[in-house]
Amino acid sequence: MMARIDKLWLTTLLACLIPLAWLLFDIAFDQLGANPIQALHIRLGDWTLRFLCFTLAITPVQTITKWRGMTIYRQMLGLYTFFYASLHLLSYLLVDHAFQWRMIGIDIIESSYIWLGIVAYIIVFLLAISTPKQIKKYLGKNWKKLHRFIYLAAGAGILHYFWQLKGNLVEPLFYLIIIVLLLGFRVLVWLTNRQLSKMMIPKSRK
Amino acid sequence: MIIKTQKSIAASEITDPLIFKQRRQIIKSLLAITGAGFAPAWASENKPMWDNLPQGDFTVHDLTPTPLELIKNYTNYYEFAFNKEDSTDLAQHLAIDPWSVEISGEVEKPTRFHLEDMVRQQTLEERIYRFRCVEGWSMVVPWVGFSLASLLKSVKPLSRARFVKFTSIHEPEVMPNQRSNAMLTWPYTEALRIDEAMHPLTILAVGLYGDVLAKQNGAPLRLVVPWKYGFKSIKAIVKIELLEKPPLTTWNQAAPHDYGFYANVNPDVPHPRWSQNSERQLNSRFFTPRRQTELFNGYGEQVASLYRDMDLRHFF
Repeated sequence: MMARIDKLWLTTLLACLIPLAWLLFDIAFDQLGANPIQALHIRLGDWTLRFLCFTLAITPVQTITKWRGMTIYRQMLGLYTFFYASLHLLSYLLVDHAFQWRMIGIDIIESSYIWLGIVAYIIVFLLAISTPKQIKKYLGKNWKKLHRFIYLAAGAGILHYFWQLKGNLVEPLFYLIIIVLLLGFRVLVWLTNRQLSKMMIPKSRK
Repeated sequence: MIIKTQKSIAASEITDPLIFKQRRQIIKSLLAITGAGFAPAWASENKPMWDNLPQGDFTVHDLTPTPLELIKNYTNYYEFAFNKEDSTDLAQHLAIDPWSVEISGEVEKPTRFHLEDMVRQQTLEERIYRFRCVEGWSMVVPWVGFSLASLLKSVKPLSRARFVKFTSIHEPEVMPNQRSNAMLTWPYTEALRIDEAMHPLTILAVGLYGDVLAKQNGAPLRLVVPWKYGFKSIKAIVKIELLEKPPLTTWNQAAPHDYGFYANVNPDVPHPRWSQNSERQLNSRFFTPRRQTELFNGYGEQVASLYRDMDLRHFF
């Protein structure tokens, strides 16, 4: 059993690198279109949002399938979200701006869509560095509270996408619907549980 | 007004002449087969399209034109598609021959021109201009075109005429986003103040790299105003009206806080949601810094006087 899971775990670990390999392939064979720098940047941002959706899908899947032991996958996918978000940030700073800090500074100050991206990145960063067991232990109950901020990161990330478009909002809308559905599921489960636990408690006298 | 003449760039810098010739060969052989089915009539003569055109006075030296393949496959043509790639194919459905352009409004001689006649009466030049999109990317385009002022003068504008409005073709049959009434008010319209329209930098373009415009680039006739953001340079023009009052223009109407009437390139006036301080030049390698955007896209020497005493933050 353990061996099978390890195999699945390893497969997942490697599969999550496929988008990166695919991107590197497209760079090598000049498949990124007329504005490859922007295409690279958008591709990395897209995959960040996708991994965020995958991460948030784990708990609902676990609830539905009643398959325990998916937490390690949630952690892995969460870390990959951070990984792709970091590449996205790095592509902005290095590939597009070549570390021209003055230009980067002006760009950030004047571009409100970037502020939303920064908020999302800070959250994902904090979640990523709170991964080690010791930190989790140290944070105790706060760890869970902190990690609920992932929904805020998702919201900021999607708005960051919306905010830089001139009008065609189909793609960010797609992510928004997914995140709302996933969050809706969690809320529904939470409400049901609360209802159940209420029924357990004897009614107080009127 | 003193308008300085700048040195033109060497022809060899524009594109690999071999590729250029091959492309022309392909076009010619296609024309021979189809009998000019997809190109305007004046393009069907079996000789080079436009060779050795005079270089316009306003060609900026030190500019390396963006390769044609990039110019042709990175277009904002929202009538066809909201991305920059799909209109390359979709625009091919647009019939552009015959094509006529109506000039009306506050003019002495309202005229409906056949495009061939209009072009024949004008002097074609090659103008190598910077092109800066409001989205923050830019390219360098070797246009083939003629002065809008010269065309307007031929219909004798009345003194009442203070604005020039341009209207694109309305063809919902072949333009999916017109058919579904998506996003903007169709047909697309743009406008200039009369002095902007009469400025020698302002041209109507019919070609690119010495050949007829590709349909996705706005064939058969488009406006080019190099000191303004790209959306002012309206494509596939069918109507030009001279007006007393400022008309509504498409993007300005859709989002007045985001896109002003003037839309002059200005690094110091950010879009409400993004900076306009720098631009990504097409055809640049990874790790190349972005280009510092210039006021009036680098044409300040020629056009700044048009906006003297105007607060460019207010009239953005």
